[in-house]
Amino acid sequence: MNLARSLRPPPPEPVTLHDRAMDNLRFIRETMERSASFTAVSGWAGVAMGAIAVGAAWAARGQDAPERWVAIWLGAAGISFVVAIAGMFFKARTAGMPLVSGPGRKFASSFFPPILVGGILTVTLYAHGQAALLPGTWLLLYGTAVVTGGAHSVRIIPLTGIAFIFLGATAVFAPPAWGDAFMAAGFGGLHLLSGFLIVRRHGG
Amino acid sequence: MAERGAARKRTSEEADSSIGAVAGTADPGPLELDRLIHERVRLGIVSALAVNGSVRFTDLRALLNTTDGNLSAHARKLEEAGYIACQKSFEGRVPRTEYALTPVGRRELQAYLDHMEAIIRATREG
Repeated sequence: MNLARSLRPPPPEPVTLHDRAMDNLRFIRETMERSASFTAVSGWAGVAMGAIAVGAAWAARGQDAPERWVAIWLGAAGISFVVAIAGMFFKARTAGMPLVSGPGRKFASSFFPPILVGGILTVTLYAHGQAALLPGTWLLLYGTAVVTGGAHSVRIIPLTGIAFIFLGATAVFAPPAWGDAFMAAGFGGLHLLSGFLIVRRHGG
Repeated sequence: MAERGAARKRTSEEADSSIGAVAGTADPGPLELDRLIHERVRLGIVSALAVNGSVRFTDLRALLNTTDGNLSAHARKLEEAGYIACQKSFEGRVPRTEYALTPVGRRELQAYLDHMEAIIRATREG
């Protein structure tokens, strides 16, 4: 009898009220963080980035000097980056979520590696006089960044990334003179379209 | 294995009822547990809606990793209590269901959070 009792597994430790309450609060916070990742990307910032890209395409068209063409697009990229960060910050603050919380960190760690590769390739291609390949390269790598960064986000984000990749893959085989048109269609058109969809469906 | 799982479930249920018992006896007013929100899927629904203007049914289902039927049943309970509002529409020919948190639901979630914090505070002070 005593032997049977000693072989019986010990009863599970009861969950304390404190632990249960802590667990509930943790669940609420994690659910909020995960669901906020659905909308961390600001649609209005996307619309603004699209408008900036359309302006840049207009300014860059017909630029014969590659350095000026690259400078216009890099300038537009810099402004767009600031707009995107500001949009995400504003949206996170409106939702009462910290920008550097779980979803924000996940997005950044997946988004920036392809962008870094894009930066290295930009310097390399430009140094070798291959600036005509930049539109396709930028579209491809930005699309990759959007797909990986938005992997856990609403469907519209990775779908936008796939559209960028498709456009980039077409651009690398297209005549160099079409470069600005592809840039306007991608960084302008796709940002405007996805931005409006995010605004409409995912709260701004 | 199954016994251990059942034991864990029993322990969890006991803890749930304990929270309710403490809430019910200590102070039946502000400390009363909102059992409607307390259930995990429903707690997940109101938590997700609290940080979003509205969320589609399919996004909620993916977020909470649950089934259509389970999500529908829990969402209906919250809707009947006036905690969430449901809007049904068509996107082309595809039906689309979106949920949003009502002011009542937001207030009840806040009360639930206050309740959990009160339990933690009381345990630490005790």
